[in-house]
Amino acid sequence: MKIHEYQAKQILARYGVRIPRGEVAETADAAREIAGRIGPRVVVKAQIHAGGRGKGGGVKLAATPAEAEALAARMIGMQLVTHQTGPEGKRVKRVLVEEALDIASELYLGLVIDRAREAVVVMASTEGGIEIEKVAAEKPELIFKEYVAAGAGLLAYQARRLAFKLGLEGDAFKQAVKFLLSLYQAFEGTDASLAEINPLLVTRQGDVLALDAKMNFDDNALARHPDIRAMRDFDEESPLEVEASKYNLNYIKLDGNVGCMVNGAGLAMATMDIIKYAGGMPANFLDVGGGVTEDAVNQAFKILVSDPDVKGALINIFGGIVRCDMIASGVVKAARALGTTIPVVIRLEGTNVDLGKKILAESGLAFSAADGMKEAAEKIVSLLK
Amino acid sequence: MSILIDEKTRVVVLGITGGEGTFHAQKMIEYGTRVVAGMTPGKGGTRHLGVPVFNTVAEAVDAEGADATAIFVPPYAAADAVMESADAGVGLVVCITEGIPTFDMIKVKAFLKSKPAKLIGPNTPGVISPGKAKIGIMPGHIHAPGTIGIISRSGTLTYEAVQQVSRQGYGQSTAVGIGGDPIVGLKYIELLRLFKDDPGTEAVVLIGEIGGTAEDEAAAYIQAEFSKPVVGFIAGQTAPPGRRMGHAGAIIAGGKGTAQEKMAALEAAGVHVAVSPADIGATLRQALSRRA
Repeated sequence: MKIHEYQAKQILARYGVRIPRGEVAETADAAREIAGRIGPRVVVKAQIHAGGRGKGGGVKLAATPAEAEALAARMIGMQLVTHQTGPEGKRVKRVLVEEALDIASELYLGLVIDRAREAVVVMASTEGGIEIEKVAAEKPELIFKEYVAAGAGLLAYQARRLAFKLGLEGDAFKQAVKFLLSLYQAFEGTDASLAEINPLLVTRQGDVLALDAKMNFDDNALARHPDIRAMRDFDEESPLEVEASKYNLNYIKLDGNVGCMVNGAGLAMATMDIIKYAGGMPANFLDVGGGVTEDAVNQAFKILVSDPDVKGALINIFGGIVRCDMIASGVVKAARALGTTIPVVIRLEGTNVDLGKKILAESGLAFSAADGMKEAAEKIVSLLK
Repeated sequence: MSILIDEKTRVVVLGITGGEGTFHAQKMIEYGTRVVAGMTPGKGGTRHLGVPVFNTVAEAVDAEGADATAIFVPPYAAADAVMESADAGVGLVVCITEGIPTFDMIKVKAFLKSKPAKLIGPNTPGVISPGKAKIGIMPGHIHAPGTIGIISRSGTLTYEAVQQVSRQGYGQSTAVGIGGDPIVGLKYIELLRLFKDDPGTEAVVLIGEIGGTAEDEAAAYIQAEFSKPVVGFIAGQTAPPGRRMGHAGAIIAGGKGTAQEKMAALEAAGVHVAVSPADIGATLRQALSRRA
């Protein structure tokens, strides 16, 4: 799960990680009022779930509260386009108004799960303010890493090692060590999957703060973090994806016109792949999962066909736990209720497959059956020509 | 022959009295698996599906000589169930549960370093040695005893591969689901080692997907040390970057972990890579006939 910069900073502040003074504003008036209190010089930052906001015009310095108000008025309601949003951009609904600070240097900190080492890796680099993938590609020797031992947490000597490698001294060194240890506490305490401080600011006065903060969270852990779960911004997600999540369906909207519905993530990905090989374009990823109910199948089919880009559907079900007859009943019910006219190709295998095929055949609907993944993909693609 | 489980493996089902546990334990028993006990804290002393239920794994091991556990408990209790199993000294722990937080698994893997247990999963359909035993939820009827080893991160995609292999006339020695999560127990390399030493396995089918580097690491091992034929398929060739495709571990992060990258690594290692998921069985046939 993703959250906004201002929310990440709220979380970090709770753990004692130093952030600039700042507040979120949903109107230009509010932005002016905040700037009046913490300014006069402030930075107005558009809040969207994407990076590259600065280059896209979403991060601007204001010398006075009046300027802050004007900037906020322009930003709030705009479609901000960055290299991470896609050409349509994302609508800005609020801005973060923060005190402007004197930048001495910009560093980088990132925490992520290293799957190969099966541990959290804390990365630090002197190259802040740039995309870390670029640094990794061009100057990997400037990325310093510490792997966290499970149960021990990030140890003070590890934080010191990183701070020494960043070239910090005196007060900035001490603050950076404290920052790192608190940041790790925040990461583990919230079951984060990513925490990126880019840039980590060192001011002329030697203060160390998070100028930007990005945090992503382990979806599997959200049930034990209701406060984090409450930070979810539904406006940042595609409406169909939000609808699907209500029924615990894994749905991701893509660009094509062949809708697909599959049981199992690996098989769903493979189904998208085979549609492409048959010359079609998948409209979505949709995994109805192992323990799915008839009602969920009903909802899944509805969501699938309510995408206006979908001109045909491929249903690929290999019943292990999932019963083919239950899938067939659910799909038939949904199609009847919706008066579905788009072509639907269904491939069923596994538990109760014959009963499932019977239900489809007797439904009176224009569903074609297919016997293997290749046949199913080729059939739906040809029906759409 | 087979790896990990056979008709002699004695299994305790954790969560046997729950809905999932009851349903799948029953299917396992019908398949021929030696389910010797169940474990549900608080239900010790009762009987369920014809076997004794214990409060702890250690008691089940003591009383029934169990050497493997099957875990069907909810996500926030599952890591604990894995550790209890390992602590009780069983050799094999198969954790079916999906939804375990990543941090819990980091702790589990650290805990397991000092224990003899081999972990399969989590988020796996389980392990099956056709004709002998299954620990998990896979449909037994699509499998057939034979000489092909299967290692996969998927559930139903594994069934698809198994069915194709069976229809080509090849049975399976053992099919193992390593699980769809980012941090799991045994991965490809450890299982390839077991298959290497299994005289009853003549070739391996390796099913992977986007996310992480397990397949790339496997490719390096195959090149250096594995001489039996390997067929590979990687799902997610059309997956967009940065999105979690169902499985917690199926995500292309920072440009890394793409299907194309993995396929190239496997091909370079001499693996016969099936580009289309419909060609897994046919690719196996080709790989084996070329050898003969």
